[in-house]
Amino acid sequence: MHSIPGRRTIMVLFLIFLLLPIYWLVNMSFKTNGEIVSTMTLWPHQPTLANYMRIFTDESWYSGYIHSLTYVVINTVISISVALPAAYAFSRYRFLGDKHLFFWLLSNRMAPAAVYALPFFNLYSAIGLFDTPWAVALAHCIFNVPLAVWILEGFVSGVPREIDETAFLDGYSFPRFFVKILVPLIASGIGVAAFFCFMFSWVELLLARTLTTVNAKPISAIMTRTVSAAGMDWGLLAAAGVLTIIPGALVIWFVRNYIARGFALGRV
Amino acid sequence: MDKTVNQKAWFLVLPVFLVVAFSAILPLMTVVNYSMQDTFGNNQFFWNGVGWFKELLDPSTDLGGRFLDSLARNLFFSAVILAIEVPLGIVVALSMPREGWSVAACLVILALPLLIPWNVVGTIWQIFGRPDIGLLGYTLNHLGMNYNYVSNEFDAWATVIVMDVWHWTSLVALLCYAGLKSIPDAYYQAAQIDGASRWAVFTAIQLPKMNRVLLIAVLLRFMDSFMIYTEPFVVTGGGPGNSTTFVSIELVKIALGQFDLGKAAALSLVYNLIILIVCWIFYTVMTNAGNERPAKQGVA
Repeated sequence: MHSIPGRRTIMVLFLIFLLLPIYWLVNMSFKTNGEIVSTMTLWPHQPTLANYMRIFTDESWYSGYIHSLTYVVINTVISISVALPAAYAFSRYRFLGDKHLFFWLLSNRMAPAAVYALPFFNLYSAIGLFDTPWAVALAHCIFNVPLAVWILEGFVSGVPREIDETAFLDGYSFPRFFVKILVPLIASGIGVAAFFCFMFSWVELLLARTLTTVNAKPISAIMTRTVSAAGMDWGLLAAAGVLTIIPGALVIWFVRNYIARGFALGRV
Repeated sequence: MDKTVNQKAWFLVLPVFLVVAFSAILPLMTVVNYSMQDTFGNNQFFWNGVGWFKELLDPSTDLGGRFLDSLARNLFFSAVILAIEVPLGIVVALSMPREGWSVAACLVILALPLLIPWNVVGTIWQIFGRPDIGLLGYTLNHLGMNYNYVSNEFDAWATVIVMDVWHWTSLVALLCYAGLKSIPDAYYQAAQIDGASRWAVFTAIQLPKMNRVLLIAVLLRFMDSFMIYTEPFVVTGGGPGNSTTFVSIELVKIALGQFDLGKAAALSLVYNLIILIVCWIFYTVMTNAGNERPAKQGVA
């Protein structure tokens, strides 16, 4: 690949720009509040793990991580399992209203969460799912299912049609062909789609916060509690923030070789 | 193009249709219902017809003024971040290392901001920019700039924009990188034989190859910046005054803050309609680009 002059410098500068604010958060999470407020130090002079200890020992804190991970996992499983057959259909067949349906799905990926916050609140209260991980998981389907269909459609289209035809000639039934042949072939695509569902469900706050009060409150909403009568507990806030970055970082590491193609939604 | 017509495919699409319809159509019907009514609490509703919509589009009323102001702000914001993020993303993609471990390292670091919960992104920049405890705010103030995003409008805007660039440029860069990776080496060799300049290589080979991914990037960035809520809300809370109140922030204020269901619903519908139109334009352009490609190759 041809590149441009000074590319190392540009890349290094950009990576520093990305990492500096994150470093600052990590730095603060290891400081005591006294050190944060009184002096400006580039690294913790009296490093402490107290902030992390508090999160790991206080149930109202660590349960937030469990809640978040629960609805994210439920959402990813639902999104992928309903999107797979649809992606196959969009990729292989023409049917009545297919283009309109695809556009309608896409338009839901773009719908602002703020529009849906209040109606979702009414809807999930009415059917008794309010304040459960299921409410958030289902609500997040509105943008994750269309995205999953979009990504998977790209990957399914990369599989030659001849493979389908050969399998059917060999006497494979449709479900068996789907599970035994197609799914393994687009395994990386499924991984990428799962990564994106995980990502968008993990980072969303507005709907997750609106649909929960106590029993399913996500960690990102619990973080706002650090404001107390004694002022902001900056160290604790920073530690909680750092812990929300870690699951994402782990997931990125697993899909690093597919990231670029995945971001192009399988369309390069 | 060579797809077979098969109406049974609807059965495969049905689960998706049901799941999305459940979370899209039902709530939207509630919104339409609210938008035509007024409420004084106690679950009493009164028919208001298109009253809210008239008010919404009339800048002289309170509601209309707030809506149109936030809309203008939001469009300006989207334009600015697109103007920064798209060129910067292309430059970063072109600067990616060619091979070795550094490729994976760069990819992972680039993707990192994308995986941080949006309110944590806000928190990171809220802390980073504070004059008392944040590295950025502290440094700027010690360099003699009177930087304070809480009280100064310009600083608030600058913070929100830099934050968005920090948060989302990687997305554009990763998309462009994927586009660049798909260019065969033979193209570059041919360009070298022809003695093409670096600029010519960029405009004649790399840019056309990035066309499709760039379109996706612009679509995603426009849409997401047009409905931005959490990050600026955490950092500036929409202030100082109303200077960084974008459409979503205004909408949540009206809907969940004042519980003005009618007004909020009318705003939601107009907001959704704008998004739908933009979406449709992009979709048409995108499918046309997809259909033209094979034809062009056929001629060449």
